[in-house]
Amino acid sequence: MTKKVEINQAQRVINVHHVTRLEGHGNILLRMEGGRVQQIEWQVPEAPRFFEAMVRGQSWEDIQTIVSRICGICSVTHSLAAIKAIEDAMQIKVSEQTDRLRLLTHYAEHLESHVLHVGYLVAPDLLGVKSVVPLASSSPDLVKTVIRLHRLANKWMELLAGRMTHPVTFRPGGFLRLPSADDLKKLHEQLRDCIPDLDRLAQAVAGLKDKLPDFTRETEYVALKQKDDYTFYHGAIGSSDIPETLPVQQFESAVNEYVSPQSTAKWAKWHRASYAVGSLARYNLNGKYLRPRAGKLAAGLGLGGKNCNPFYNSLAQLVECFQVVEHALEIIDELLEKGIKTEKIMLKPRAGEGVGAIEAPRGILFHRYEFDRNGKCLKANLCIPTNQNHANIQKDFEAFVPQIIKRPAGEIQHLLEMLVRAYDPCISCSTH
Amino acid sequence: MSKPKVAIFDFACCEGCQLQIVNLEEELLDLLTVVTPVEWREAMSESSADYDIAIIEGSITRPQDEERLKAIRAKAKVLIAMGACAAITGVNRLMNKFIEAGKATTYVYGPAANQPHLQSGKARAAHEIVKVDYKIHGCPIDNREFSAILRSLLAGKAPFIPTYPVCVECKQKGNICRYEYDEVCLGPVIRAGCGARCPSSGLWCFGCRGYAEEPNVKAALDVMDLYGKTMNDLRSRLDLFAGPEAESHDQKS
Repeated sequence: MTKKVEINQAQRVINVHHVTRLEGHGNILLRMEGGRVQQIEWQVPEAPRFFEAMVRGQSWEDIQTIVSRICGICSVTHSLAAIKAIEDAMQIKVSEQTDRLRLLTHYAEHLESHVLHVGYLVAPDLLGVKSVVPLASSSPDLVKTVIRLHRLANKWMELLAGRMTHPVTFRPGGFLRLPSADDLKKLHEQLRDCIPDLDRLAQAVAGLKDKLPDFTRETEYVALKQKDDYTFYHGAIGSSDIPETLPVQQFESAVNEYVSPQSTAKWAKWHRASYAVGSLARYNLNGKYLRPRAGKLAAGLGLGGKNCNPFYNSLAQLVECFQVVEHALEIIDELLEKGIKTEKIMLKPRAGEGVGAIEAPRGILFHRYEFDRNGKCLKANLCIPTNQNHANIQKDFEAFVPQIIKRPAGEIQHLLEMLVRAYDPCISCSTH
Repeated sequence: MSKPKVAIFDFACCEGCQLQIVNLEEELLDLLTVVTPVEWREAMSESSADYDIAIIEGSITRPQDEERLKAIRAKAKVLIAMGACAAITGVNRLMNKFIEAGKATTYVYGPAANQPHLQSGKARAAHEIVKVDYKIHGCPIDNREFSAILRSLLAGKAPFIPTYPVCVECKQKGNICRYEYDEVCLGPVIRAGCGARCPSSGLWCFGCRGYAEEPNVKAALDVMDLYGKTMNDLRSRLDLFAGPEAESHDQKS
């Protein structure tokens, strides 16, 4: 019922039945004998919810309401991927204002998700405790900083998305409740004022950096790419293994999903046996386009031109917290300068098929839908970031365990849990 | 109960309701002075088989999950179904017709559809399997309501959960009715308590809190008549969260 951890010293078996402090249900199984690995598995037993079936027969107007429920932490991202796919299918163009407001909302989710992960889920490992609860008394300043940043990100999301989770202001063709100039000015102030808090969080984590294991494994990194931009929202599919990009409409030939017997979520591979998506992948592909503060932090943290330590994904997330805040401030300035204009959304559905691709906090996300002429959904295919990371977690395990096999079982278990956590997996999302 | 032990367990869902608890921020630290969390996999590494209050998130879809829920019920003094998935099956109900037709795994997993680990039963709410003492509605839950319900419970009072429809709160907010925009809104039949968040943001109510108690279907039909809509217009949207109870209410009216 509860978390089950079996460590059998005689046979050297580690069986973590539901790794904690991550979204969804994942297990680790490790069997060792005579100092060698017999079996190492990253398992995903999450209950499937069959979203690709669920949306069949549903109206184009209700799709984003349904699929935002794929994920409680990245619901804005899922809604936006769906809306972009619907607009692609029905050849709907949106105004620059709508595009910027969506990106601004998307950034709020990145900040919220990254602060949640670094502050609430990873920090306890770095400080040697089991959750954030004891930190409230042992590191009150850090916890208060995390809470302030997390609350700000949520308020930011609530202002633009209508709610903190499962947004209600997105519709194909437009943006439903427009923020006022005053709202945006206030948000601008709050974001500007949060930078000292971001600095405090960055300093705290930088000071604990040596608690992150020194483990590197070069893999393929995949993320959206667009000219001269650290993109989260537009672009084509980029990979560290190829110089060119692939149009998002062809995402199936990049992800090559397959079913693994150890997982209810599908796995993915492209040019190698596995690839990685997420903050570190984005950093490795687009790091040179970071805004000044973000770029400075990346250099200060020693991320280098390309970084292949999966544990450093949490550091890349921290860098992105600065990136989204810095870019958001610019977007708000632009919006205020141009003035927020009321737009009429008048749309009729049409038949078609389309793809939406977007960078979720955990990596690149793809949605494909097909509609009939009444806007009824005929078919869907959704490929989630954590789907794309599962095989890479397995490959990391295979490379990492031999390096740590001589350590006590409890320590091996803890390091493997930390490795899974570094990916910030959204497991229920990946099984969807 | 003096400082009761609370455990949170998740089943098939997006875990967004747990996130709303985290989103309480400082208030969560306050709550921790009156309850002791003993198991909460998403936020803590500790686990325990000894708890007073079990909070269930998510729908139950597979035999192993049904067994797990029954075992939790056997240990808990109070069991709370948190959020639409646990309380009313939520959007998970949309998978059920595909499970019945034997198509769900095919549409998702293609040629691998028959592999044993991918099989699933229909999605069910917690009360379809065990006795549920309280429900916290919404997709996601409203965290202030969560906090208020938990505090009432600790004070030995019955928590206040609105029985009237969303329209009441929507009118209080002074919103223009979504029907005026030629949209289909479920406000007239859906349980309030959300502060009419969606209509206030420019979107129709899609029913995430389930039906109001004894929804006035007659009045709702009158509204629809007035705007040239029929029960058929409502049906596919009602399917999203509230489900087929509409049929029986429909017949009653």
